[in-house]
Amino acid sequence: MTTTPQTRPDKAAVKGADRTDVTPGGVGDSPSRPDGILKVTGEFSYSSDMWLDDMLWGYTLRSPHPFALIKSIDISEALATAGVFAVLTSEDVPGENFYGLEHADQPVLAKDIVRYQGEPIALVAADHPEIARRAAEKITVEFVVLAPVVDAEVAIGHKPWNPPAESVDAGVDGQVPHLHPNGNLVRHLKLRRGEQDATADVVITGEYEVGMQDQAFLGPESGLAVPDEEGGVDLYVATQWLHVDQRQVCAALGLPPEQVRLTLAGVGGAFGGREDLSMHVHGCMLALRTGKPIKMVYNRLESFFGHVHRHPAKLYYEYGAERSGKLVYARVRMYLDGGAYASSTPAVVGNAGTMGLGPYVIPHVTVDAYGTYSNNPPCGAMRGFGSVQTAFAYEAQMDKLAAELGLDPVAIRQMNALEEGAQVPTGQVIDSAAPVVELLERLKAMPLPSTESDQLDLRRMPGGVSNTTHGEGVKRGVGYAVAYKNVAFSEGFDDYSTARVRLEVSGGDPIVTVHTAAAEVGQGLVTIEQQICRTELGVDSVVVHPKDTSVGSGGSTSASRQTYMTGGAVRHVCGKVRDRVLVLAEASLGRTVSDLRLENGSVVSRSEGVLASIEQVLGDEVVEETDEWRHRPTHGLDPETGQGFAHVQFAFAAHRAVVDVDVELGLVKVVELACAQDVGKAMNPQAVVGQIQGGSAQGMGLALMEEIVIRDGKILNPSFTDYLIPTILDTPPMPIEVLEYADPNAPYGLRGVGEAPTISSGPAIMSAIRAATGLDLTRAPVRPEHITRT
Amino acid sequence: MRITTTVNSEPRDVDDVWEGESLLYMLRERMGLPGSKNACEQGECGSCTVYLDGVAVCACLVAAGQADGRDIVTVEGLTEGNDLHPVQQAFLDAGAVQCGFCTPGLVVATHDLLARTPQPGDSEIREYLAGNLCRCTGYEKILDAVKLAASRMASSPTKVAK
Ligand code: FES
Ligand code: FES
Repeated sequence: MTTTPQTRPDKAAVKGADRTDVTPGGVGDSPSRPDGILKVTGEFSYSSDMWLDDMLWGYTLRSPHPFALIKSIDISEALATAGVFAVLTSEDVPGENFYGLEHADQPVLAKDIVRYQGEPIALVAADHPEIARRAAEKITVEFVVLAPVVDAEVAIGHKPWNPPAESVDAGVDGQVPHLHPNGNLVRHLKLRRGEQDATADVVITGEYEVGMQDQAFLGPESGLAVPDEEGGVDLYVATQWLHVDQRQVCAALGLPPEQVRLTLAGVGGAFGGREDLSMHVHGCMLALRTGKPIKMVYNRLESFFGHVHRHPAKLYYEYGAERSGKLVYARVRMYLDGGAYASSTPAVVGNAGTMGLGPYVIPHVTVDAYGTYSNNPPCGAMRGFGSVQTAFAYEAQMDKLAAELGLDPVAIRQMNALEEGAQVPTGQVIDSAAPVVELLERLKAMPLPSTESDQLDLRRMPGGVSNTTHGEGVKRGVGYAVAYKNVAFSEGFDDYSTARVRLEVSGGDPIVTVHTAAAEVGQGLVTIEQQICRTELGVDSVVVHPKDTSVGSGGSTSASRQTYMTGGAVRHVCGKVRDRVLVLAEASLGRTVSDLRLENGSVVSRSEGVLASIEQVLGDEVVEETDEWRHRPTHGLDPETGQGFAHVQFAFAAHRAVVDVDVELGLVKVVELACAQDVGKAMNPQAVVGQIQGGSAQGMGLALMEEIVIRDGKILNPSFTDYLIPTILDTPPMPIEVLEYADPNAPYGLRGVGEAPTISSGPAIMSAIRAATGLDLTRAPVRPEHITRT
Repeated sequence: MRITTTVNSEPRDVDDVWEGESLLYMLRERMGLPGSKNACEQGECGSCTVYLDGVAVCACLVAAGQADGRDIVTVEGLTEGNDLHPVQQAFLDAGAVQCGFCTPGLVVATHDLLARTPQPGDSEIREYLAGNLCRCTGYEKILDAVKLAASRMASSPTKVAK
């Protein structure tokens, strides 16, 4: 290890006081968000806040059935309703009726079959949202209801370990209906490494299940589609990737990109749930048909049907180990239920399959990861993307192995930990820091919260103010878990981002404008873009241009990739701008100077000090550059062995959870959730800590309370009354340690931050409950009955 | 129907309000005040928190008609001229704002909490804000923001105008 790590506790990180070399407001500082004032005053314009004088409201009629044939659709009564301007069905889709991120398999509007509950069938535009909703109720759809395919293993003809109680009588031997022309298998990833028939002294098996999680971003799906006079449309929408939306909207509308212009509207959180289209095509269709602007806003109930969720998973794990605790082999089968349409299932399977054994060295590996179609709600991207589900299994296996051998759970993780130079199961060598041992060490060294429970404060008890215990029956447990996550797009994807940077003098001062199409969803990319421009160009005043499709693609705001990718693009283009300014500077000086740079609004030489101000050098000249920037190439996996250099970078985080469990009632209170994470370089320490804490809370939700409950393909809890996300009362203090081991391949040495903490927090909580109760706990979220075994 | 209200100290009349509309819809869609947010419209998230005659309520649960003749203060009404209210400033400084969709509701709720309890303890803050969901921050920096606002307001008391 050549780099010296710096760790900073949260408070110091927020102040950034220890950093003398930092450009004020630049990289490494924690300046305020450029949209912050608008957000605290209520003036920031989210996608549901937009408004035009003569706009109409759009509404979507959705299928009540998870699987049915459509015999007929009668829109006449709806169309005759006063205040209704248009009612559209699949016949009105101007272009291709199919779209999708990886496979175009999802209809814009269902034609003769629906494959999930909530699938869009018809659209209404009216002058009041309630008129649109009531008109939609008057659309008569004649269905032939079919028995839904509701189990991933059944869907592809595998025998489930635990047959679903109320499954369709579909059998397991090929009697299952094919939901798509090529059958129900979306992807099978095979990983084969080392000896396939390895044996070991100790064998640990487990069957794990993870429920379907919802992104539950607070800003509902929404947008405004505005027709132009020439048959084109401007769409203002909350999304994670404007250009991939544009491609799909163009295909559905049968229009060229020049006629479909997208602008990012204010995004109220995303977490993967906005990678797929929602109202995009629907709003544009209604706008083009009526000639009027169309506003669409889903309410919370519709939102549960309006975006993909995290894949539920069934995971079969067998580990072999030496008596010492050293892992020898892993044999794993995993099933990820993709639901009705493919969305990003292939990539989720790629992550689950390649990352699903955790940050541990295992010489002999057999993994089969399956992604399937079913009639359950479509699943796709959510923060942690395939790694979250598998972490519950691999960390449960580590706990079980430790228990079997009577070893310390932390020691067994450290004994098997990946480190720099090690090979992961795909054969890829980790070529930068992998501080798994140290992350665990640092967590162990953090002081534990006091065990003296405050008997009088019910708010700190399991069950809270429901007054279910005053401490009797409460047991404390401490658990650890480690995450590793691939950053950015993998498996040979041509992953790039585009930046445009302009430097000019305005009102006597230099000002930079940075323009990218990379979506700001709350994470703070707009702040990072400003910080990079300040550091690279030495100019304080940086304007972030609205995000739109008039500049090249910024790629997806997902996979923890934007600070790396769009940050990398902005830095790269700033370099080109700086080079031109320095050429101008030398021209005006009439000589060459060897070590020029831009700092504090001036052209500076190390040897001669300040030579000129940027204003003097630039005058009326506007220096603008636009370019794409790519991370180092990756490669596809061998289809038989799953071997290959598939991932750009790995991010590592670890959690220590402390819980109090009421073992009589099965209630859990998380007392503290500590995290240590290596971020390579804390670009904005305050935002880094915010990402870690927010991600940790989402992982905690999946461990303890968050699940979309499905029966026979139908969602039973599509509301915030019944789908619970953590409140401030549920969420414990979260001390954070941030390590900075630079990755030499990445801009500024940074590592993507956003996802890793979502991966290890839930498994650490499960581990802590295991420690408190001695139970195996094979299912997340854990329910009271799993603890009380009643 | 016609609704007559005072919003952020200004008289506001609105015509043609449909009986089924919520106060939240009226504020957002008829009065041009979209600062109060619509994260759930079912009383579960607190993103729509406003004052109605000085009482913090979920605007999505109040019928527009119930607001007739009453005094409403929204997040837009908390700024003092061009200055942010100390609660707003504290949310910004503490890093409590990510996507910000929860922020207006939390700012109003915190404003109300500090008016009642100027120096709340951690458990009091958590209990009082338990009706305001945030999906981005994990709440740690929200807790920091509330404490920062409380200490700043204690050292330079501002009138807590409603
Ligand atoms: S929108 Fe009113 S409580 Fe959620
Ligand atoms: S900051 Fe996004 S919901 Fe709170």
